[in-house]
Amino acid sequence: MSQNAEVAVKKPLVKGNHDFGSITKLVSDIPQQQTPTWWYIAFGVANLLMGLLLAMIIYLIYEGMGVWGLQQPVSWGWAIINFVWWVGIGHAGTLISAILFLFRQGWRTAINRFAEAMTIFAVMCAGIFPAIHVGRIWVIYYIFPLPNSMALWPNFSSPLLWDVFAVGTYFTVSTLFWYVGLVPDLATMRDKVKGKVSKLLYGAFALGWRGGNRQWQHYEKAYMLLAGLATPLVLSVHSVVSFDFAVSIIPGWHTTIFPPYFVAGAIFSGFAMVMTLMLICRKIYKLEDIMTIDVVEKMNIIILVTGWMVGFAYIMEFFIAWYSGVEYEKFAFVNRAFGPYAWAYWIMMSCNVIAPNFFWFKKMRRSVYVSFVLSIVVNIGMWFERFVIAVTSLAQDFLPSSWGYYSPTWVDVLTYVGTFGLFFTFFLLFLRFLPMVAISEVKGVMPQADPHYYDNGQTNDQETK
Amino acid sequence: MSSDDNKQLYGLLAEFKNPGELMEAARAVAKAGYHKFDAHSPFPIHGMDEAMGLKKSKLGWIVLGHGILGMLGGIALQLWVHTSAYPMNISGKPEANMPAFVPVTFELTILLAAFGTFFGMFALNKLPRLNHPLFNSKTFEKASDDGFFISIEAEDDLFSDEKTEKLLKDIGASHVEKVYDTD
Repeated sequence: MSQNAEVAVKKPLVKGNHDFGSITKLVSDIPQQQTPTWWYIAFGVANLLMGLLLAMIIYLIYEGMGVWGLQQPVSWGWAIINFVWWVGIGHAGTLISAILFLFRQGWRTAINRFAEAMTIFAVMCAGIFPAIHVGRIWVIYYIFPLPNSMALWPNFSSPLLWDVFAVGTYFTVSTLFWYVGLVPDLATMRDKVKGKVSKLLYGAFALGWRGGNRQWQHYEKAYMLLAGLATPLVLSVHSVVSFDFAVSIIPGWHTTIFPPYFVAGAIFSGFAMVMTLMLICRKIYKLEDIMTIDVVEKMNIIILVTGWMVGFAYIMEFFIAWYSGVEYEKFAFVNRAFGPYAWAYWIMMSCNVIAPNFFWFKKMRRSVYVSFVLSIVVNIGMWFERFVIAVTSLAQDFLPSSWGYYSPTWVDVLTYVGTFGLFFTFFLLFLRFLPMVAISEVKGVMPQADPHYYDNGQTNDQETK
Repeated sequence: MSSDDNKQLYGLLAEFKNPGELMEAARAVAKAGYHKFDAHSPFPIHGMDEAMGLKKSKLGWIVLGHGILGMLGGIALQLWVHTSAYPMNISGKPEANMPAFVPVTFELTILLAAFGTFFGMFALNKLPRLNHPLFNSKTFEKASDDGFFISIEAEDDLFSDEKTEKLLKDIGASHVEKVYDTD
């Protein structure tokens, strides 16, 4: 029997000598253990930062937009940069849960739950920025097509409105997808926990899941359909985000390469963020058997590939600017690399295009420390990419008489720092109370899950195809 | 768990050792002519639908319907807003500026289709249903961990206490128990 399995599976996705029961135990024990001290400390810090975010938002609404560094000519600054950065981070979760599912990548099961949670919280952080950027937040309902006493309706030709629909749909669908994935695991938690209250709560959210094949049948269909729906959705969301820039006529923004380039950048930064969080969690929660070094390596390959897609886009933008023969376009790009914001441009280039090249080497791809450091470097680089796009193009566009130099204020900075508080508050709650690995999906990719694994007395090579 | 006489029998619950045995058992139960039975496992088992003789899930049609509704609704909303409710002249373009309506139409199609998938799946599964006779069985807790079970409902036409139990034992059940409805 074990001979068969060795022929069938080249590299097991789950390391260690696990059976179904030990996988359940490994994951479902985590929420049942006593809350560790580090968790309280981390949660406290995250809460303080979230309080800071709240204070900054209240200050902004009370005082008005002047407390930010926005001015003419740069009227889009940190808020938009942070928005695009956080939405981009979210994209990795959907890529892992939907696109890799459609491509039958079994290794995704180690990280999909985790990455999907990250997606939802990152999109929450992102959504705050455009909402508080509108200025008069008390009339923000104008962006929705709601009947109102002034008979006003939104302008559906505006990319900013497309953004509302794209990000709103993205958040909703990501949450539904995440919850559908959670239901069988919540049932596992329901059956494992001892406390009466926790049993009741897990039970209520598990909706009475019984794991019968008559349920699995519709469940699997739903999972596949949601993956199929989420795939074009995730590609559309960052495309629509890029329309915010590309549909305008600002040199440096008005380019057709933006949608694919933004999507690649989003996956690039999102994988880096998943990597950062995963490397910490697999260590703390001792999940190295599930989140194996092979998974780390595969993610690093995706980071390398998408990093080069982004690098290609940077180079292509330059080429097209020159090839177009448009004076303003040419100036915009030369100015990015050698103008007043050259420092930001070169941070971006070194973090996004140069740094990932370490991953050409197998040793580096499989090193936890290198992966950790580079994942943070990539996210710094991706923040600067959005800075370069948003700020340099606006600061020096057409008329030299109306050029300017943009700097953020302390409110800009602290609002951004505060979003980390929001993100980690939710993320820590997720780690504490929910199964952080998709238990049923991990079991499903184990060799023992194949009913033919138990066929004995048959030829070995039958399984190799 | 309990076997009081005044409690109504829900059915039999049989445990099997692994997915391979479960699939063989499901095939045998289906072949014996039972209809009201189910195979419970902690993860979906490839090939089980066929072994149980299940028809294809109808969920796809529900999703298609919702997707079309979202698409048509999106187009209708935008056309109505821009041609009738609040016409705006935007760079001299026609009021029914269809290319500009594509992104929102697309997003609404996806949104409605996703709602259709989510609610449709739970509706087809008759969930949420927080109580179920099977939850009265202590062994059934393993169904979400590492247990593989076949449940046959007493309502099935072929069901009889002894014969059904014998069938389950013959096809290799390691443990068969009666499950009662406690209401």
